[in-house]
Amino acid sequence: MKKTLSENSVSTDNEMLVKVNRRYFLRSAGVAAATGAYILGACTDHDLESDQIVELGSGDVGILNYAYALEQLEAAFYTQVLASPFIGITEEEKMILTDIRDHEIVHRQFFKAALGSAAIKGLTPNFTSIDFSNRASVLGAAKLFEDTGVQAYNGAGKFIKDAGYLLLAGKIVSVEARHAAAIRDLLMPDTAFFAGDDIVTTSDGFDVALPPVVILPSVQPFVMNRIGYSQLPV
Amino acid sequence: MNIFNIFDTLQKIDGDAIGRLEHASRRTFMNRIGSTLAAAAVPTAFATVVNKAYAATPTALEVLNYALTLEYLENEFYEIGNNTANLIPAQYKAVFSQIGIHERNHVKFLVTALGANAVKKPTFDFTAKGAFPAFTDFPTFVTLSKAFEDTGVRAYKGQAGNLISEPLLLQYALQIHSVEARHASIARKILSKISGDKSIKSWITNDAGFPGDVYKGETSEGQVVQGGLNLPGIAGLENISFATITESFDEPLTMAEVLKIAGPFVVSL
Repeated sequence: MKKTLSENSVSTDNEMLVKVNRRYFLRSAGVAAATGAYILGACTDHDLESDQIVELGSGDVGILNYAYALEQLEAAFYTQVLASPFIGITEEEKMILTDIRDHEIVHRQFFKAALGSAAIKGLTPNFTSIDFSNRASVLGAAKLFEDTGVQAYNGAGKFIKDAGYLLLAGKIVSVEARHAAAIRDLLMPDTAFFAGDDIVTTSDGFDVALPPVVILPSVQPFVMNRIGYSQLPV
Repeated sequence: MNIFNIFDTLQKIDGDAIGRLEHASRRTFMNRIGSTLAAAAVPTAFATVVNKAYAATPTALEVLNYALTLEYLENEFYEIGNNTANLIPAQYKAVFSQIGIHERNHVKFLVTALGANAVKKPTFDFTAKGAFPAFTDFPTFVTLSKAFEDTGVRAYKGQAGNLISEPLLLQYALQIHSVEARHASIARKILSKISGDKSIKSWITNDAGFPGDVYKGETSEGQVVQGGLNLPGIAGLENISFATITESFDEPLTMAEVLKIAGPFVVSL
């Protein structure tokens, strides 16, 4: 049985219910609220998730679900990192990674609570490409997730209509950037890599901003569920 | 004394200046993002910039000059620090050199974007009349670096809402904002290392830190209510400490709060 990303999702293991709701979902695609409740936590030995599209929705709710999806991915990743620490992990590394894990859990639970019935379900991660016993593999993935998070929030800001949501995204993105720099400094201590030329444009000192249509395909390999984003603003 | 002498600037707005702002921004934008998708969004974005600038309260210029003033401060701080012999130990030279490069380019970007509307660089005194051995004591230098970067993060964040109708400028501000946060992260880590104070982490815990004004304010770094939700009470956070919740969100500062923080370091405009 697969674990879902959401700590709180209850595994029903009821294939029939999943099928029924999947039909309902397909019929009412576009109504975000309708898709959430019953599918949430559905989990069977048959991998039904791979052909279920998790639709993020439209407008600010769609953007918040987009953020929620990314935070689910990050939280699940660090939870796994701390559950099976890589070989030779130092006390300092453990402290940093534990803090980051907890921050991502806070972000995830915040979005879940804020979205309420409009929240997408708990996603199922796919971390088969990551070797959790290997430091370089884990920190490399952490760097990718944090930098991607920064680029995603930076690119999504302009799509947010509500000033309150925009501020909330701003409150989170700088914490993601703090994470990114901390992880990068673990990889190459005391160098320019914390905000390296590979990620911050040298000519103007800008971090990258990327729209959902670029970010989502790049994170899709880490999620079993197919994420639908056709209603997000571009 | 108002170090962000922006209202004078606002009265000098003319069509040419706006044209320069548009041109400079477009050029940079096009260079950076080549996708047709991004390009397609440009005309609307610039129409908004122009319309807004002709309106009674051209908030975008106000915000950009505010940002420029902060970047002037940061840039000069690192320029002096990086060029002061025996201040920065060899181990940390690469870090502060990289921060200095970014701040210089932030200034360059904003000056180019603002053209004739750019505020002049103030005269700074980083010792705050002798209170801080800013360039003779490395721990003091790092403490100020950390304070300026954390202030920068909070200052940009405080202005995001004022750029909500200027999608392109908002994105630029966010792209600088997260770089300031990367800087803050590493400055805090170095301060923690050289001071041996493990309570200083790359993220801000509660409203702790020196100077206090950098971490407190109307929306304190210690707050745990987000979007109307009292986070310690929500599902799934039962095992997460109050302090960790405060670390998970950075908070904004108002212009007035930033002015109060920066004031002691400004000699004249």
